[in-house]
Amino acid sequence: MIETSHYLVLSAIVFTIGVIGVLTRRNIIIIFMSIELMLNAVSLNLVALSQTLQNLQGQVFSVFVITVAAAEAAVGLGIIISLFRNRETVNVDEVDLMKW
Amino acid sequence: MEAILFYLLAAVLITFAVLTVTASNPVRSAIYLISALLSVAGLFFLLQAEFVGAVQILVYVGGIMVLFLFVILLVDVGEFGTQRKTSRQWRAGIIVGVALAIQFGVLLVRGAGFFAVPAREAGLETARSLNTESVGQLLYNEYLLPFEIASVLLLVAMVGAVVLAKKEL
Repeated sequence: MIETSHYLVLSAIVFTIGVIGVLTRRNIIIIFMSIELMLNAVSLNLVALSQTLQNLQGQVFSVFVITVAAAEAAVGLGIIISLFRNRETVNVDEVDLMKW
Repeated sequence: MEAILFYLLAAVLITFAVLTVTASNPVRSAIYLISALLSVAGLFFLLQAEFVGAVQILVYVGGIMVLFLFVILLVDVGEFGTQRKTSRQWRAGIIVGVALAIQFGVLLVRGAGFFAVPAREAGLETARSLNTESVGQLLYNEYLLPFEIASVLLLVAMVGAVVLAKKEL
């Protein structure tokens, strides 16, 4: 049986990789994929603790996390398409209309 | 056996997570992310959370990632190798990431006592054998309202995506 702390460490590592991806990458699609990575790390945490505590509520919440991720991806990718249509770019540092 | 599987899946997950973030071609990045998501699903199966693992594969790999690939191929920005990969703030981003990693490390080391939960009770033994049924019971009884709100959220997201991606209303 794997200790829960192993899962927590793994999830922390994946979350940090996602944060670095969000903060350093330039392509908005890859930033979105990094966000998905972070959501998955949280999901893994929830399921690992749910198994340790023998409480299924963690798994229910991770189903909700997946639902919200699906909704977020749909709206976000719609925004990307309309951004590309208007600005001809998917690079975040070229979309600076509201930056003073 | 379980330990070998765990470390194998963990290594695959971390490798593909790093590759997702570092790949210069978004299509490759998406393929790497699919592998990472599949290994997360494997970890869910290892944790005896079959329902969440199946939902992970069906929704993430089957739905969200296909949407991602579709948008990547739709938004053609030419040669990826010639462009800068990182934004101007990449140094600050790395500093924040390292600070976050240190925070996680301190939390996980100093909070080890907190995470050392008492030995599991065998009370939910049936939950282990009938994972999907138990999760379904919980979803449709205790979490019925959040479940319905989630479906409304999906409807709103669907309408929003259509409105956003439409050329003109």
